[in-house]
Amino acid sequence: MKPSLRCLMLLSCLLAFRTATAQEIRVAAAADLKFALDELDIQFEKQTGKKIDISYGSSGNFFAQIENGAPFDVLLSADIEYPRKLESAGLAEPGTFCEYAVGRIVIWMPGDARPDLARLGWKALLEPSVERIAIANPEHAPYGRAAVTALRGAGIYEQVRAKLVYGENIAQAAQFVASGNAQAGILALSLAASPPMRNGKRWQIPANMHAPIEQGAVILKSAKDKEGARAFLAFLKSDTGRVILESYGFTLPASRRASAPSQ
Amino acid sequence: MNIEALLLSIRLALCVSAILFVVGVPLAYWLAYSRWRWRFLLEAVVALPLVVPPTVLGFYMLLAMGPRGPLGKLWHAAFGHGLAFTFAGLVIASVLYSFPFAVQPLIASFETVDRKLLDASAVLGAGRMRTFRRVILPLSVPGIITALVLSFAHTLGEFGVVLMVGGNLAGVTRTVSIDIYDRVQSLDYASASRTALVLLVISFAVLSAVYGINRRAGRRQWLPWAAK
Repeated sequence: MKPSLRCLMLLSCLLAFRTATAQEIRVAAAADLKFALDELDIQFEKQTGKKIDISYGSSGNFFAQIENGAPFDVLLSADIEYPRKLESAGLAEPGTFCEYAVGRIVIWMPGDARPDLARLGWKALLEPSVERIAIANPEHAPYGRAAVTALRGAGIYEQVRAKLVYGENIAQAAQFVASGNAQAGILALSLAASPPMRNGKRWQIPANMHAPIEQGAVILKSAKDKEGARAFLAFLKSDTGRVILESYGFTLPASRRASAPSQ
Repeated sequence: MNIEALLLSIRLALCVSAILFVVGVPLAYWLAYSRWRWRFLLEAVVALPLVVPPTVLGFYMLLAMGPRGPLGKLWHAAFGHGLAFTFAGLVIASVLYSFPFAVQPLIASFETVDRKLLDASAVLGAGRMRTFRRVILPLSVPGIITALVLSFAHTLGEFGVVLMVGGNLAGVTRTVSIDIYDRVQSLDYASASRTALVLLVISFAVLSAVYGINRRAGRRQWLPWAAK
């Protein structure tokens, strides 16, 4: 048998195996959810016995892929605009669009950085030792937009503008700082609170300095496992889900804060 | 359409082709004529960027350019600032990324020069340098053009490496492929398509030129997608 043929057969076996066991709920998720969602996944599987299969990526790419038939069941976006657009394009299951959390941003520096971030706050970004500040691309990433708004509000945008470098998404901005190529970053709290970055210094930017970073979810019309997808979204909004999201620095959206039980 | 990004990409591709020519010619000469028994290992190293995913290469370049990386330390000592997010950083990363596209056609072309001509040149009293200049180089012109054009075209279309080490700075590291990606992310497909079309036309023109020149030279040159 030709090697290429054997390879093809092996591949098709693998594919057949995939479809046979593909009862997982397929979730397309924004990069800021990386660590929180991994934990939610474990808890969800414990409670329901259902598995979720998560693809992390940028919401813009997911939007284009879903428009062209990508086989996802749920989209969790860091920018509520994308699920909203899917809904108005008729690609979402009616009535499933929801806002499930609000993201926060922080100034993050490595643990051994010189500036006293806790004392200086915004002013730490003006230190000469801070040559580069990483943010997500404000053109299309909601965390980047919030960072620029907050910098403007703090009155230092013009001063730090030349120091800014843009990550394709918030996870890449985090990578720029974590690798030491940028000395500070304005990052999602959900990433700054994650195990690999927990040891750094962080200073939380007041929520009133930027528009809320609303995290939106929607179930897709093309979803194969709509029931599973509904169960997952319900879990995301349940007390267990809320506690996990909060431990990664997400807050509840204003629309749901009133109805939520107090801790 | 973003002219600034397009011009930046062209400037980057020109710098990279020039550097690869200067570095690639002596290396390819050595690889083509060396009798060193471990030569094949070096050839494999040269070909590595063909198979290493660009984002992986880019990530390790980012680490290497960082304050704890060897490149970053060296650069900081010499120029007092980091290497990531600069045009120079992009050039270095792209040189690595496009390396095989310059060196492999050069090796292939040097190797096909008739040995008898080299012997004749030596018998007539020419030294190695002179033989290289007067015999090998003129006979390898199509290979050299292929090498230059391929490194130019490959760098022009580069995305993953630039994404990882660039930081998306307008006029410094926002190349045309990054700009197209950003347009798509912002769901501005019309503008993305316009820029992509211009890039496609330029790439097509460049590649047709190289195929045309090589056909006129009457010899088929090494092209990565024609290699078995």
